[in-house]
Parts: sequence; C-alpha cells; structure tokens
Amino acid sequence: MTNAVAKVEPLHFPHRHLLTVEGLGAQEINFLLDLADSNADANRQVGNRRDVLRGRMLINLFFENSTRTQASFEMAAKRLGADVMNMNVSTSSVSKGETLIDTAVTLNAMRPDMIVVRHHSAGAVELLAQKVDCSVINAGDGSHQHPTQALLDALTIRRAKGRVGGLTVAICGDILHSRVARSNIMLLNALGARVRIAAPSTLLPPAPERMGAEVFTDMWKAVEGADVVMMLRLQRERMEGSYVPSTREYFHFFGLDHEKLARAKPDAIVMHPGPMNRGVEIASTVADHSSSVIREQVEMGVAVRMAVLEALARNLAKR
Amino acid sequence: MNATSSTTKRPARESKSATATAFLNARIVDPAANRDEPGGLVVRDGLIADVGPHLRRNSPEGVNVIDCKGRVLAPGLIDAQVFTGEPGFEHRETLKTASHAAAAGGVTTIVVMPETNPVIDQVALVDFIQRRARDNAIVHVHTMAAMTKGLKGEEMTEIGLLKRAGAIAFSNGKTSVANTRVMRNVLLYGRDFGALIVHHTEDPYLASSGAMNSGEIAARLGLPGTHKASETIMLERDVRLVEMTRGRYHAATISSAESLDVIRAAKARNLPVTCGVSINHLTLNENDIGPYRTFFKIRPPLRSDEDRAAMVRGLAAGDIDIIVSSHDPQDADDKRRPFAEATDGAVGLETLLPAALRLYHSGELPLMSVLRALTINPAKLLGLHSGRLAKGAVADIILFDPDEPWVVNKDMLRSRSKNSPFDESKMQGRVLRTLVAGETVYQYAP
Repeated sequence: MTNAVAKVEPLHFPHRHLLTVEGLGAQEINFLLDLADSNADANRQVGNRRDVLRGRMLINLFFENSTRTQASFEMAAKRLGADVMNMNVSTSSVSKGETLIDTAVTLNAMRPDMIVVRHHSAGAVELLAQKVDCSVINAGDGSHQHPTQALLDALTIRRAKGRVGGLTVAICGDILHSRVARSNIMLLNALGARVRIAAPSTLLPPAPERMGAEVFTDMWKAVEGADVVMMLRLQRERMEGSYVPSTREYFHFFGLDHEKLARAKPDAIVMHPGPMNRGVEIASTVADHSSSVIREQVEMGVAVRMAVLEALARNLAKR
Repeated sequence: MNATSSTTKRPARESKSATATAFLNARIVDPAANRDEPGGLVVRDGLIADVGPHLRRNSPEGVNVIDCKGRVLAPGLIDAQVFTGEPGFEHRETLKTASHAAAAGGVTTIVVMPETNPVIDQVALVDFIQRRARDNAIVHVHTMAAMTKGLKGEEMTEIGLLKRAGAIAFSNGKTSVANTRVMRNVLLYGRDFGALIVHHTEDPYLASSGAMNSGEIAARLGLPGTHKASETIMLERDVRLVEMTRGRYHAATISSAESLDVIRAAKARNLPVTCGVSINHLTLNENDIGPYRTFFKIRPPLRSDEDRAAMVRGLAAGDIDIIVSSHDPQDADDKRRPFAEATDGAVGLETLLPAALRLYHSGELPLMSVLRALTINPAKLLGLHSGRLAKGAVADIILFDPDEPWVVNKDMLRSRSKNSPFDESKMQGRVLRTLVAGETVYQYAP
C-alpha cells in the first residue's frame, strides 16, 4: 500500500441498513473490505475484543435455520462489545401465527439498535426494515440476497489474490435458487471481476446472461482458466429427479473434482459458502485441498460482519 | 465420442476381408442421394466400396457377383420404435427374435423401447441391452432410455449419463408425461446434453378407458372411445414447451389430421420438432376392426380413413419425418379377450416394407418418399451414419422385389408373438436379401 495518492474513499458507509449489494459502489465495498481486513488481522491476536458497540443491542432474528451465519454474527457483535439476543422462529410468537409485520413492530418497540434477519421469502427483510427504526442487516432472504456472504467472499479472494478486479470467477451450481450467487454476481461485477456461471439449464434463472455473467451449461468450459472456482450448495430436495436426476449425475457433470479443477488456472482457489455436500457438488479431496479457501471464508465471515456492524453503528443516533 | 458403437455390428475383418461382393444389374434406390437408376454396388470389408450406374454390368476383378435381376437395392430400413420383451417379458419377444424378424423384413437397425421389466432407466440396463444385442441380435440394436424413472412421469432419469452410456434417445414408452413441469424439465435438462426427447402424445386423463377411436364405429360397437383431441392437446402442450426450452423433440407416432396441423405449424416456426407415424396408421383405419378384431387394437387407436389419408399427405409433404413399425409383440392370450379388455399392440417388423409399398402401389406416394421415411430420415433423426448407399458407409443393404405378390401367414412370422393385423393380407413386394455390415443375415428361400 502506498500513501502517495490521497484517498477519495468515503470515511463511512452512508446507509442505515444493509439489505442488498445492489447499488453499492466499489468505494463503499472497499471501505468495508478494508475495515474487515484489519479486523481479520486483529482477530488473530489475543485480547481482540473492542467496545465500539458497547451498550448496543443486536437481535439475531432467524426465520430459517442457520448455525454458522447466526454464530458468525453473534461472535462479530460480541467482539465489538454489543449485547446479542438470538431469536429463533421455533421458539418465537411467529410460530403462533404472528405476521412478519407484527413481529417487526413488536421488536421495534423494544428499541434494539440492530436486527440481523434471515427469512425464507425474498423481500421479507426489506419489508421488515420498513417497519423498524433501527438498522437491519439482511442475513439471507429466500433466493434474493445475502450481502455479507458476498462481502466475505470478496475479502477472501482479495486476501488470496491481492485483488478482485480482472479476475475470472466461475460460480457453479444451483444458480436458480441461490442468494449467494445473486449477491456475488453483483458484488464481483462492481469490483471489476469477470463472472461466469455454470449450471444445468434447470438450475438457471430465465435470461441468465442479463445478470452480468457469462453463462455455461458445461462446467468444464466454465472453469477453463478461472482464477476462482466458487461452488454452490445443492439442496437435497432438488437432487432426486426434479431439477437434476441424481446426485451421481450431478457430481459427474457439475461436481468439482480434480479433473475439472485442473482446467482452471494452476493457482486457482476453491470456495464454497457451506455447508458442503461432499461428493455432490464438491469432491472431499478438493474441499480439503491446499487450493481450498473454504475455512478462510468462515474466518473472513466474522471479520466482514464486524465491519458491517461497525460501519452501520456509526450512523446510529447516539442515545 | 462413439457412444453407440457397442450395439453396432462391426464389419467382419478376418478371412472375409479378402473377398468382396458385387451386386450387379440392380435398380439402385437411395433417397439420401435422390438416386433411382439402374446400376450396381460393391461390398468390401463390411463397407460399401463403390456404388453407381457404372456397376450395372461390370464388376471389378476377383469379386463374388450377384445378379440382382433388376430388383431394388436400397439402404437397410431403420425402425425407430420397436418394443421387445427383453428383459422381463421374454415369452413375447427377445432381442434375438426381434432381430430375426427385423432381418426378414429388411430392417437393419432397430431402436428398442425402454418399456421393459425392469424399465431401462439406468446406465447398467442400457449396458445390458447393448451386451445382449451384441451377443444375440443379427441387426444393429440401439436403445432408447426412459426419460422418467420407472416411466412414472415424476422424476427425470440420468439423461447425461444414459446418453453417454449409449442411449440413442429418451422415451416415456406408451405413456405420456402428464406433469407439464416434469416434461419441461426433461426438455430443458436434455437440451444441455443434446438429447432427443421422443414422446408418446396422449392426454392420459382424456384418453383413459378408451378402447378405440371415438366416433361412429365405436358408438355402433358399444366401445368406449378415445377422442383424437387427446393426442392433439398433448402435442400442442409439448410444442409450447419446446418453444420455451428449445429442447429437441420428436412426437413418436401421430395419428390425426389435427396433430399434423400442429406439427406443420411448429416446423413453420423453426422449432426443433419432428414426428413419426406408424405403418398401421398409414395403411389401416378403424373400419378394419370390423367384428371386434383385437389384432387391430393399438395405441394410438386406428383413426378414420380421412385421418389415414392425412398421414399419407403429411408424409408426401415431408411434415411427417419417419415411418415406424411400432412393433409391439403381445401374447395371444392377452389378445383373445373381449375387445375393451385386450391389450394394445401389433407386431410389424416383417410386414413393414410390404405394407409401406401399398402406398406406392396405390399411387399415393412415390417409392422414393416411402423409402426416405424408412432410411435416411430416421438415420438423420437418430444421428446414425447408415440409411444411405454412400461409398464408405456401412453395408446395411436390402434387395427387394417391389412387385412380388404374397399372402401373410402369421405362423410363418419369425417374431415370437403373432399378433399381426396383416395376417392373411395380400401383399405386393418382398424382401429377398438383407445385409448387415456386409453380411447376409436374411435370404428369401421360396
């Protein structure tokens, strides 16, 4: 890093919520990534707890089960000194028939500072955000968006490759149902990467080329010369004859094994948002190979979420 | 990738490689080259070494000579819809008996359907058919694989792996995929692999319980009818799905004038749509059922003579691409039942060519058109290199007399089942010799 050029990057992230990566500019994204990058280094030190969020209350509101994302947000918030409350659908009033808006209004009345929301319906998080006074962070809404995943993926790539712009990233798997794919395609495009997507036609949305990616139904061609191969999780209920005939056939044509990976650049990295189906979308030996940065992705997840929480907290009214 | 090679009879290489056979004094009819002229043909090493008018009388040195006496020398027929009973119903037909029936009918390539027990819906079963055919069959055998698991119309099969294993196309047998979403996914997914999706078009709800074509005759016979709209409705749905997915689609056997209109319109819109017709629907009609003759009970049912004439016109215009025998061996016991309870199906391999020649003799179609739909068109549809009399092509050849009169006797049929609607019919035209990869696999002995 040189300091010759005066930085024109924003010194803050001028948003109340993080609902989507759509519309985020490269400067804003890099601001978050730079912050997260220093968090990642700091997190490796002993005594890394800070207190920028001391006195702040964060609610983890998960309408869809998630272990890792919820834990990642919780750890990020606690490292910054926030108080965290985890709310699970199964134990909340939602299962008693309360509407999403009623839940939002009720929670808002308790005056939290931030709500992290995951919901199975696209657009649900945005709907909730309209009804509360605090910051809302989208932790995944249906097949729509998962902004912090795209940010942590970008940070992982940037740390492994030194840059994101100009790289060729092949995103392979269930594009149709993937919020990870949608978020990543947008964010990587904003950072100047060349994005490819690969899937059987049954797992591609209509007019996939309009998403800003080069489309392949042959994964061998999609990974040819790629710097990054990003695999997506295939939901179990989509494996047995509805969208793809079988896990065997899927693995044969769309699973990342060493043969397909050999088509990518020799120093290509392998990514997966987790949890993995070993032997379905990725061979075990590839997942555990030195080219795999899947564990780093998890580590960067905490760092990126800390950055997001910190950036949004700066915009919160002082109490 | 030569995926289907294991089912293909290889040219004999050993001692026979030194010898060649010349077929002189023939009428060469090859629709692929639009050729119909006096001439001859030389077979060497299982391949066609030479063909043309210059071989009418003179042959190269040191070859066996066969005088064709002016009879027709044509490419061996390719039959894209053959049901056998192997595996599971071997008492009806095996690959071996079907191949002998085919050879006697001048059919050098058969495509067998996946509607067996077990259903051909897995790679290992495609492999089984190929190995059994290699060891027992005397003509080329290719297999269609099921497009849905167990032909249930619910979950698609491993189309990619099945195609790689050698499945030549994908079929749902004699049942339509009623679930539109499943059919759309099959077409969409199959497109990625260049798979040919062959579909029987009959709305199962509308057609259920029908025993014959709905109309005056069914009414008179007191039989439940299947309206021809049940075919057209399914076909129209499929064409919309092809428009949506651009999957490669072939309607297995159409039978009504309205269905022909749908095909013609689809082709006019440049959709990847083709269709076939069974020989039965070109040469028979519902009147033939007469007094409840169950050998005329087939699927789709025989239609009116107007529909039959429309099929012939469709063939002449090129809107219908191929003719199939729809050879479907059934037990005598399953046929000797009250009409509505009898099983559907008719054998047809051995009568395919003479029945097709009826259209030529009646003046409804030129010989070239008849043969085109039985040779080069199915070859193109299925991606085969046979079906033509070209230099260097595999020597799948038939010699036939287009005029010789004879009467079908079901007991003389080589098929293990004898359910022929043409039993005791007068035919004009008979196969004299059938060569598969240069080897004579059938020769007529008067």
